[in-house]
Amino acid sequence: MTTTADELTIERRGHARSAARRRTNFVIFLGPAIVLTVLFFVVPVIIDIAVSFTDLSRSLRISEFTTEQYEKVFRTDRRLSQVITLTFIYVFGTLAIFNVTFGLILAITTTAIRKVSGSFFRGVWLLPRMSPSVLYILLWLWAVSPTEAGLVNQVLMQAFGLDAPLDLLTSAPIALIIISNGFIGASMGMIIFTAAIRGIPEHLFHAAAVDGAGTFAKVRFITLPALRWPISFVTIYQTLSLLVSFEYILLLTKGGPFYDTTVYALYVYRRAFESGQYGYGAALALFLIVIGVVVALIGWRFFDMERLLQRPRIEVH
Amino acid sequence: MAKIEFRNVVKRFGDVEVIPDMNLVIEDGEFVALLGPSGCGKSTSLFMLAGIYLPSGGELLFDGHVVNEVEARDRNVGIVFQSYALYPHMSVRDNILFPLRFKKTPRDEALARVKAAADLVRVEELLDRRPSELSGGQQQRVALARALVKEPKLLLLDEPLSNLDASLRLSMRTEIKSLHAQLGVTTVLVTHDQIEATTMADRIICMRAGRIEQVGTPDDLYLKPSSLFVASFIGSPPINLIAGEADGGTVSVNDVRFPVDGASGSVTVGLRPEHLRFSNTGFAGRIAQIEPMGREILYVVETGMGAVRVLEQGSAAGHSTGEEVRIGFQPENSLVFATKGQKLIAGAHVRAPI
Repeated sequence: MTTTADELTIERRGHARSAARRRTNFVIFLGPAIVLTVLFFVVPVIIDIAVSFTDLSRSLRISEFTTEQYEKVFRTDRRLSQVITLTFIYVFGTLAIFNVTFGLILAITTTAIRKVSGSFFRGVWLLPRMSPSVLYILLWLWAVSPTEAGLVNQVLMQAFGLDAPLDLLTSAPIALIIISNGFIGASMGMIIFTAAIRGIPEHLFHAAAVDGAGTFAKVRFITLPALRWPISFVTIYQTLSLLVSFEYILLLTKGGPFYDTTVYALYVYRRAFESGQYGYGAALALFLIVIGVVVALIGWRFFDMERLLQRPRIEVH
Repeated sequence: MAKIEFRNVVKRFGDVEVIPDMNLVIEDGEFVALLGPSGCGKSTSLFMLAGIYLPSGGELLFDGHVVNEVEARDRNVGIVFQSYALYPHMSVRDNILFPLRFKKTPRDEALARVKAAADLVRVEELLDRRPSELSGGQQQRVALARALVKEPKLLLLDEPLSNLDASLRLSMRTEIKSLHAQLGVTTVLVTHDQIEATTMADRIICMRAGRIEQVGTPDDLYLKPSSLFVASFIGSPPINLIAGEADGGTVSVNDVRFPVDGASGSVTVGLRPEHLRFSNTGFAGRIAQIEPMGREILYVVETGMGAVRVLEQGSAAGHSTGEEVRIGFQPENSLVFATKGQKLIAGAHVRAPI
């Protein structure tokens, strides 16, 4: 026969066991993510902060600890304001024209046509994302080649009777980096919006049709409201990825002519690895990290991102 | 209000012919039910009326005008979907207002009509809520208000009660029926539930595999089902169907013999449980199971022809499991179907063996 005390002991042991299991689960499920975050975010940030307070340069020797790099950022670097303006134009131009708007148009049109053709066109739009960036930019370089052999020039000269070939890399470099990034960036929005559109119950469209809505009214009153959260997500996510990535620009224009297409992230790269000013690069990079974290947090609050993590409420039970 | 006509209507999805040839007239102001098991084409027919699907052939007429190619938005029909299909991001008011947006109704008039429609289905308290904050029954009412606000000439109800709990279903049944009486709008109800169909509709269209099996009043379908399918679909608990051979004035089923009038060859005898009575004469059996249903009791009786269900009034006190009984019935209540073709043999009846 067990006494009350015995039962209490058993119960306590049970609690202890479940607490231990909770700890184990925590380690199993969150462990890998925590390790990755520490290794590839926290540690590099600490190293970056440390380096930014040194005069580390091409010689890779630290002779003194100094705040000189930050003075440069705020006082002496005249180029910085131009770089920041360009970064704004680049990020918001690409986002507004391609990643969100064009992605949305692609998603809406490819879900409105027959399933087979829709999947085909989405597949086509995904191709550049799947091909290596070097290959993709190589095709762009050929397309905008300033000679008569370039694709754009061929079209313009043969079909529109242009006299001399255009040198777009010199005359419209900003437009080029926006378009080349946007063609790839749009496919991410396209996929996420397509999934969201597919998730809208079909009877809502039927109901709207019976209620008198035409094609555009259906998009406006049914599709777009259902895409509010995906649009927020794509906006935040792409803002951050556009802010920190520069590979296509580096490959296409090398940031030029001169500094005309050098966005902030590329400027950091050029300062650190082309000019060998590692300390200054680290100081510049720190601002990117701060901006990244702030944008992510603002996005989390402002767009109510938490709702994305909840069960969708679109299905009325 | 509208009179609806299907003339040789065909509906195909790719290679699949869902509705081969449908002919039907629904009178102005009538309340009809399309009844049948899932996949019988009843919802497809409803969606053709709504304009969501367009017919692949034949003619669909509203008040004598062919509407085959008329789009959903130009048909002026109201529809309530099984899932209600309320717009999740709009308030109840905006949901009900939605159909009026496209009719260029002046704002004041539109709001007044929304109020009137909400009053009609008693959701005026809920106008500022979102659909997700409503119970199933409330969503149902809002969906009805949205369907009615534009004063449609045809009201379509697609399994409107199937997502409600039993007691709510009963009260909504009554409400929808009284709404119809009040508004007089031609109404088509799609359901797989025979009780819903028989309690609400003036006429029932019983469908099977895309074809109309029988059209008639609830009484017609119950008393004179044209086929075995209709007989087994209508009535609860389901009818007893007994297959046998009719020869020389008797139907023989194993060792049981029923005297028969007006039938020969392979037949199936239909006897509704509520028409069977325990009596001193009739065929013999042993009570295998007793299922009290409140006012009535369902007995499952093992007989020489297999299990037969008998529905008796009153309490279970009189009988017990294992008891030997005899079962009789009034000959005019019996139905006789030709086993081949499964059609009712009109005027044929069997009598209980003595």
